[in-house]
Amino acid sequence: MDPVILFFLFGLAAGLLKSELRLPTSIYDAVSMLLLLTIGMKGGVELARQPFLSLLPDIFGALILGLVLPLIAYPLLLKLGRFKRVDAASIAAHYGSVSVGTFAVGISWLESRGIPWDAQMALLLVIMEVPAILVGLLLARGLSRETRWSEVGREVFLGKGILLLLGGLLIGWLADPDGLEAIKPLFFDLFKGVLAIFLLEMGLITAGQAGSLKRYGLFLIGFGIAMPLLSSVLGTLLGLALGLTPGGVLLLALLAASASYIAVPAAMRISLPEANPTLSLAASLGVTFPFNVLVGVPLYWQLSEFLKRVLTGS
Amino acid sequence: MSHSAQSTIKLLTVVTEAALEHAIQRDLKALGARGYTISNARGEGSRGARTGSWEASGNIRIEVVGSEETVRRIADHLQQRYYENYAMIIWLGDVEVLRPGKFGA
Repeated sequence: MDPVILFFLFGLAAGLLKSELRLPTSIYDAVSMLLLLTIGMKGGVELARQPFLSLLPDIFGALILGLVLPLIAYPLLLKLGRFKRVDAASIAAHYGSVSVGTFAVGISWLESRGIPWDAQMALLLVIMEVPAILVGLLLARGLSRETRWSEVGREVFLGKGILLLLGGLLIGWLADPDGLEAIKPLFFDLFKGVLAIFLLEMGLITAGQAGSLKRYGLFLIGFGIAMPLLSSVLGTLLGLALGLTPGGVLLLALLAASASYIAVPAAMRISLPEANPTLSLAASLGVTFPFNVLVGVPLYWQLSEFLKRVLTGS
Repeated sequence: MSHSAQSTIKLLTVVTEAALEHAIQRDLKALGARGYTISNARGEGSRGARTGSWEASGNIRIEVVGSEETVRRIADHLQQRYYENYAMIIWLGDVEVLRPGKFGA
């Protein structure tokens, strides 16, 4: 088993046992900053090698996927889950957006198997963070004047996640390759170690959701597993249609399947205060994150191989 | 400075969700606070434990010193605007500020 996954399980166990273990906040901040910058830079370095225009179909596809996923999740939550409109909209926004932590686990899984992936995946990650937030707000409010779009925009685009990813992308893109060699030990060589520490803390945070899950019951658990399964099929099909490499298809499936727990909660808290944040975090962090990390990655790999065989008839 | 003037200086303390930091900073300036102090906090209340271990679970503690009028205006606004949907508690206390003239008393 991959050691980074064991770190996650360790954190999860420690949290469930109610241990006193906790990462100092500043360390968690530093570790997540390093991850975001590294993922951005890995993408930027590769992007520098190919013409930007050839990426337009992928960018367009990722945008559409980000718009469609919350539209699928919303009626399920409203009709089957019987959630209030604002809660259904907020949870749907979480599931349309993406989780960088999950993406990082996917990269680590591919790296340890020597499977390459497409350079533009980091860019697609950034693009998929945003549209679901807008869809969620529209679902909850319609085109209401109450929504202060400039504030939402600020919260989303200047939030830590997107800013660091974009910054990393640009630095990787613009920096000359020899210069990058000098900072490689910190960002690229330490990637797995940093991810391990990050996942330890994520395990502790995930365990903290157990109480809310008990309170809000089975539907959230079912949704937290069924929704990523459905989304991963759409992500895989889109990846195959765009002609991505097998590694790229897996990462797109993972992006579709993952649910946000940083950018979207912050944006929803500000722009949709009536929505109960406990519900969406219990589902995205308490169920979907561990599901994707522990089961999802290898499962979506099998899925993409299977769908590829079906579609090409070989 | 007379004793009665000193007693009108109040300390307003707000403990609330870290997500509100920017919004409240804007409110404070608009409502005439001359300064404020923000620190990270954690704790537990009617909306559950807020451990402060990551972005969405942090609390902040905001302290504002000012004339009773200013401080009450701020407190009223915050209650109206945020009490319903956010974890927030506000308290007021008399303080003696050891920097005469700083708050116009």
